[in-house]
Amino acid sequence: MKYIDEFQDPELARRLLDDIHATVTRPWALMEVCGGQTHSIIRHGIDQLLPDEIELIHGPGCPVCVTPLEVIDKALEIASRPGVIFCSFGDMLRVPGTGRDLFQVRGEGGDVRVVYSPLDALRIARQNPDREVVFFGIGFETTAPPNAMTVHQARRHGIRNFSMLVSHVRVPPAIEAIMSSPHCRVQGFLAAGHVCSVMGVEEYPELAERFRVPIVVTGFEPLDILEGVRRTVRQLERGEHTVDNAYARAVRPEGNPAARAMLEDVFEVTDRAWRGIGVIPGSGWRLSPKYRDHDAEHRFSVEGIQTREPAECRSGEVLQGLLKPHECEAFGTLCTPRTPLGATMVSSEGACAAYYLYRRLDVPAKAGREASPVV
Amino acid sequence: MSDLDLTAWTCPAPLRDRPRVVMGHGGGGVLSAELVQQIFAPAYGGQALAQLGDAAVLSLGGARLAFSTDSFVVRPLFFPGGSIGDLAVNGTVNDLAMSGARAAYLSCGFILEEGVELEVVTRVAEALGAAARAAGVEVATGDTKVVESGHGDGIFINTAGIGLVPAGVDLRPQRVVPGDVVIVSGAVGVHGVAIMSVREGLEFGVEIESDCAALGGLVEAMLAVTPDLHVLRDPTRGGLAAALNEIAQASGTGVVVRERDVPVPPAVANACAILGLDPLYVANEGKLVAFVPREHADAVLDAMRAHPLGADAVVIGEAVDTHPGMVVARTGLGGTRVVDLPIGEQLPRIC
Amino acid sequence: MCLAVPGRVLDIEERDGTRMATVDFGGVVKEVCLEYLPDLQVGEYAVVHVGFALQRLDEESAKRTLELFAELGMLQEEFGDAWEMAAAEAGADGAEEVRER
Repeated sequence: MKYIDEFQDPELARRLLDDIHATVTRPWALMEVCGGQTHSIIRHGIDQLLPDEIELIHGPGCPVCVTPLEVIDKALEIASRPGVIFCSFGDMLRVPGTGRDLFQVRGEGGDVRVVYSPLDALRIARQNPDREVVFFGIGFETTAPPNAMTVHQARRHGIRNFSMLVSHVRVPPAIEAIMSSPHCRVQGFLAAGHVCSVMGVEEYPELAERFRVPIVVTGFEPLDILEGVRRTVRQLERGEHTVDNAYARAVRPEGNPAARAMLEDVFEVTDRAWRGIGVIPGSGWRLSPKYRDHDAEHRFSVEGIQTREPAECRSGEVLQGLLKPHECEAFGTLCTPRTPLGATMVSSEGACAAYYLYRRLDVPAKAGREASPVV
Repeated sequence: MSDLDLTAWTCPAPLRDRPRVVMGHGGGGVLSAELVQQIFAPAYGGQALAQLGDAAVLSLGGARLAFSTDSFVVRPLFFPGGSIGDLAVNGTVNDLAMSGARAAYLSCGFILEEGVELEVVTRVAEALGAAARAAGVEVATGDTKVVESGHGDGIFINTAGIGLVPAGVDLRPQRVVPGDVVIVSGAVGVHGVAIMSVREGLEFGVEIESDCAALGGLVEAMLAVTPDLHVLRDPTRGGLAAALNEIAQASGTGVVVRERDVPVPPAVANACAILGLDPLYVANEGKLVAFVPREHADAVLDAMRAHPLGADAVVIGEAVDTHPGMVVARTGLGGTRVVDLPIGEQLPRIC
Repeated sequence: MCLAVPGRVLDIEERDGTRMATVDFGGVVKEVCLEYLPDLQVGEYAVVHVGFALQRLDEESAKRTLELFAELGMLQEEFGDAWEMAAAEAGADGAEEVRER
């Protein structure tokens, strides 16, 4: 595909790697914020090609991993109700709630459907006027505008049987929370390119200045990631901490104004619990009161659900870089990719799942490396 | 911390931690394997099932017989490049072919849902008949049942087949040794992408048709070079990744795949890019993967390329003595990644 | 969160009051909502996520980035610091670099 294939070129990758190797003089810990970037790093084996001095810490930017247990349980409850068609992105079906997941709800007779776009869920609602159609609206700033537009259209066209269970999260408050942690080891950020395609980069200079940390807006193909690393390391080696855009082909400084305006209209900022991390102030979006009629939480009264994380699961410490996956007692015994206790074991790029795979291989041990605690 | 030996790891969690069947149990990955190993095989007993290959090879009246069965639940019934009728024949014929046998006879059971148009049944039956004739196999016996409306999905088909395994042919993963060359017969992921392109909720336009085909002739051409092939698999559900993992685990060797050498057509690569899927995990219906002794690899490759269904055959990797039981890909950039057995069905992702 | 891919707009039409496009992703064609890029034209590329065009893809910038990568080794061999050189060349374009100050 044009504009993907060119950015996977091995010869250009070698040039970028050579430059990184020539630049780095001491250890640096970088965090790639986005789960999509983690996926690309593992898929292409990028971390094994970087100098030993560079450690990539996988950030909490995977909506599958950080969607709070309480919201998953609400989804399971709603999806179990008779007459409901519950639509979701495929990622979310395997995420464990308290004791079960959406696959099991489907096995128990629930009508759970995987869609590609939230607009597909809206179409299903139009086609099934006598059913309640609920879409699981999760994701970061990239996915929020499509979901916002879908709710907006449902309201505009009076599609009353459509509602959304919203649990959106925002990147900048997460960066702030990570940098504010006394255990923080992160020295530079690869910011999530597609989040910035929507939101622009205006939120970042203040963070870069306050925490004296370089923030480099980075794309997702191998060359993009290498360029993000290269520019971050270059800044670190020079003692700089600025916001830099290494993904200019898809990111304008102002982002997408139309999308940002829609986000303002449909959502309002709220505190949000991140699974395994805790509540980060102002880090979430929920539907604004104007769209209450299409709010699934309101429509299905699912407040007061009792949640229970498996006591053995320490994915929260793993997500924060305080514990290596294999240091968890449940790792590889109670908890495997086949029987995940926590979200970090669910997706192949989750920190625990990646570690599980590469421990077995045991050659490129770097591949599963996680943040380790400061001792 | 603790030194876990994960190579010898077996999961203590019983299958019954999921009290009900989920779709992943039919996905050709870890869950499917558990269903067989933990429920079916212990319940049935017997030696033949222990082979757990695509087809069982049995001795009967002095002959070596390959015997296989497969059920077909594809949706939609008709898709670009084929239908459930084509799959029902070719799926079983190919399972037999992977043991070296040429399919001789098929049985065919239809489970029809009340209300299905007879015109649809006719079209499926005609496609099935045509596929059987093309594969040179006779439908010798059959059965039909009807279930109440809502208890089936239009048409389900089960076929079983038998064929003779030629003397001197012994295809099983246990024969794989380090140094064996891994050959794939052509482009991967084509069938899965063709099906996804017409599946509700995912629809996309793509000029691609299912690769559904009977592989008996191609296998004969390969065995004509040497009967000493080690193992063949048709990478259907779970794709190339599942087939290679099964072979690695059953043989106890490692497998290395050079990702850049795996033939992935642009349309497959791009559809996977949009949906967040990995082409190595996407289903095929007219391809095979072969583990061939190194000394025969060139000749087998030439024979495959001379056959229409193997024209794009290519070497993609080899069996190795490191990381036994695991499949590892060398990425285009020169890095390494583990190609694990899929857990269940592959789903489109946004992340 | 961020599986977005670049596609080329084949045609544009209004449907139920919504601006929709047929977009080609290297031989794979999907319907895409253009409400967030109302001035996107046929033939242009956009970054698409879950059926929505979220940002116009700047082809000129992509080309410059690739040229920069290609020049990396050579410039370094001949002149020293590749990045400084290339940044100076590209510096006129604000989109290429959004330094803090």
